[in-house]
Amino acid sequence: MATLPFIAAIDAGIHQEMRRDPSVLYFGQNMATTENHDFVKAYGHDRVRVTPISETAEIGIAIGAAMAGLRPVVELYMAEFMLVAMDQVVNEAPRFRYMSGGQVKVPLVLKAGFGFACGWAGQHTGSLTALFMGVPGLKVVVPSTAADAKGLMATAIRDDNPVVFLHHYLLTLEPGEVPDGEHLVPFGKAEIRRAGGDVTIVATGWMVPRSLAAAKKLAEEGIQAEVIDPRTVAPLDLETILKSVAKTGRLVLVDQAPRHATVAGIIAGDVAEHGFSSLKAPIVQVVARDATVPYSEPLEAYVIPDEERIIAAVRKVLQSRR
Amino acid sequence: MSVQALSAERQIGIYTQMLRIREFEERVKRTFTEHPGVIRGHTHLADGAEASIVGSLCHFRGGDAALATYRCHGYPLALGSDPKAMMAEIYGRVDGLCKGLGGSMHLADVKRGFLGTSGIVGAGIPHAAGAAWAAQIRKKAEVVFCFFGDGASKQGAFHETLNIASLWKLPVIFVMENNGYNVVTTSAQEDANAANGEPLSVKAKAYSMPGVTVDGTDPLAVFAAVGTAVERARAGAGPTLVESKVYRLSAHGNIIAPPGVPLHYPEHEAITVFGKREEYEAALRGDPVPRFRAVLVKGGALSASKADELVAQVAKEMDEAVTFAVNSPYPKLESALDNVYA
Repeated sequence: MATLPFIAAIDAGIHQEMRRDPSVLYFGQNMATTENHDFVKAYGHDRVRVTPISETAEIGIAIGAAMAGLRPVVELYMAEFMLVAMDQVVNEAPRFRYMSGGQVKVPLVLKAGFGFACGWAGQHTGSLTALFMGVPGLKVVVPSTAADAKGLMATAIRDDNPVVFLHHYLLTLEPGEVPDGEHLVPFGKAEIRRAGGDVTIVATGWMVPRSLAAAKKLAEEGIQAEVIDPRTVAPLDLETILKSVAKTGRLVLVDQAPRHATVAGIIAGDVAEHGFSSLKAPIVQVVARDATVPYSEPLEAYVIPDEERIIAAVRKVLQSRR
Repeated sequence: MSVQALSAERQIGIYTQMLRIREFEERVKRTFTEHPGVIRGHTHLADGAEASIVGSLCHFRGGDAALATYRCHGYPLALGSDPKAMMAEIYGRVDGLCKGLGGSMHLADVKRGFLGTSGIVGAGIPHAAGAAWAAQIRKKAEVVFCFFGDGASKQGAFHETLNIASLWKLPVIFVMENNGYNVVTTSAQEDANAANGEPLSVKAKAYSMPGVTVDGTDPLAVFAAVGTAVERARAGAGPTLVESKVYRLSAHGNIIAPPGVPLHYPEHEAITVFGKREEYEAALRGDPVPRFRAVLVKGGALSASKADELVAQVAKEMDEAVTFAVNSPYPKLESALDNVYA
């Protein structure tokens, strides 16, 4: 085990796979511009390249390379930059396998940061996870720890499908214990970050540490929250969530996106459909207020879910009955 | 419009505006040390591009519009926006130009014709063409100034828009401020024309519009080149691509860091990434602001003492902007939910 910042753990996952598999490429904007670049030194310019600011071409080229047998990892920096090339992400990459009747596969990873809520204002702070999760053929990964960042990246690269790998920008420098050597984290397997019997909290990304902090405070007054981190939302490990809800009977869903653009809402629907008999109270969602993320600091904090709102939601779900 | 047509008074006006932009940006930069934490997110400065901005916008008339990128502090200053309101916006305060909702990357001052800026590279180029279509319909010979960087010319939006703008003869002037770098990538590393030793203005050829390259550190050269483009646009003959070669004198932006990590401007990427200190120092020697002052003083348009007076006057104006902004309150929390819909 080594202690690594989240961002270094992602790099470790890419290195792990590039070392073992010469078909893995890594490219994107503003990387590999000198011979000193870590990945250039290790793998050379055949496999590691800087691209112009051309997301449509970057992602489209990745699709072509993937169909031709390579495994590209595209460095996109910010999830919003994928929106420039939304056709390639949503209507190209995940379609070819299916439309060709299984003749081709499109193994690629779109690596992008998201949710940069520290004054990046309206166009760089979005939480777009739910936008991708409903697209058949696309897998969506949202790590919240350094260890998962490495292991999920490695799994994403080995996966034979297009994977959107979303890392939360406010976790970038968070250190964590990361297994040395080969490390893979399976898709579709949620992690119970904290066990508890009173209420189930499900959160992804930066909302995981916020939920854990809330759970810690609640524990001081004897409320035991179980905090579940799905880690991948497509595929989604509904089973672990349902099992927890069967135990606690109460569910709080925390999501950084605005109400009708959340993973939370989708999980709420699934639990209402498949776990209704377990629920002792209506599901409560803690989500962003319905606004573009404002620049001004107090306004930004007002819009995005925080510990206090999570705690209030837990109290509400504990008080109400169905 | 020829350079000779510019009176001493107008040339002094150009210098004053350049100075205002420089002094404003210097204060934005200083805020990171003098008022830590007050500026958040990512901030991009216009120092080095003053001559290009002012030389271009000299041609701006009432009814015209301008759009730019997230490196947007210079244009509204040149168009008459209040530096107090601009600084308050960059500090996220209630008196900000955009009520604290937009911040440094998203200044807008619509009543002065500055329609807004996008934080997404190249995204504003079609917006400018749309505004130009509106101007074309109004038939008042109004034009749109579209500012963007060299990096944006690698986006589909750039190519798609230049084609339509030329096809429809839209009254728009595409001013590409080529500062040689897309963050840490040099033009030759990402642009086929640059890699083959051609100016980026050759891209205009593909869309059958004039393409010119101009020294963007010389306000009079920019004035002349953009003037020709503006005349063409006002006459209904269509768009022009003006490649204005500048050198940004600061790094791409403040260090990109989550909270807790101090924000500051490191040195320019020529030094920090490529180890080319001499390139940067040469650019400093060609700094457009002192250089234009020297031109005016040498030519007799401006005395050294008058120039010093101007510097003091502008410094005072910008100090006041900082004082005003830092004392402006934060907006009410609920105001975060205003303006989501019209």
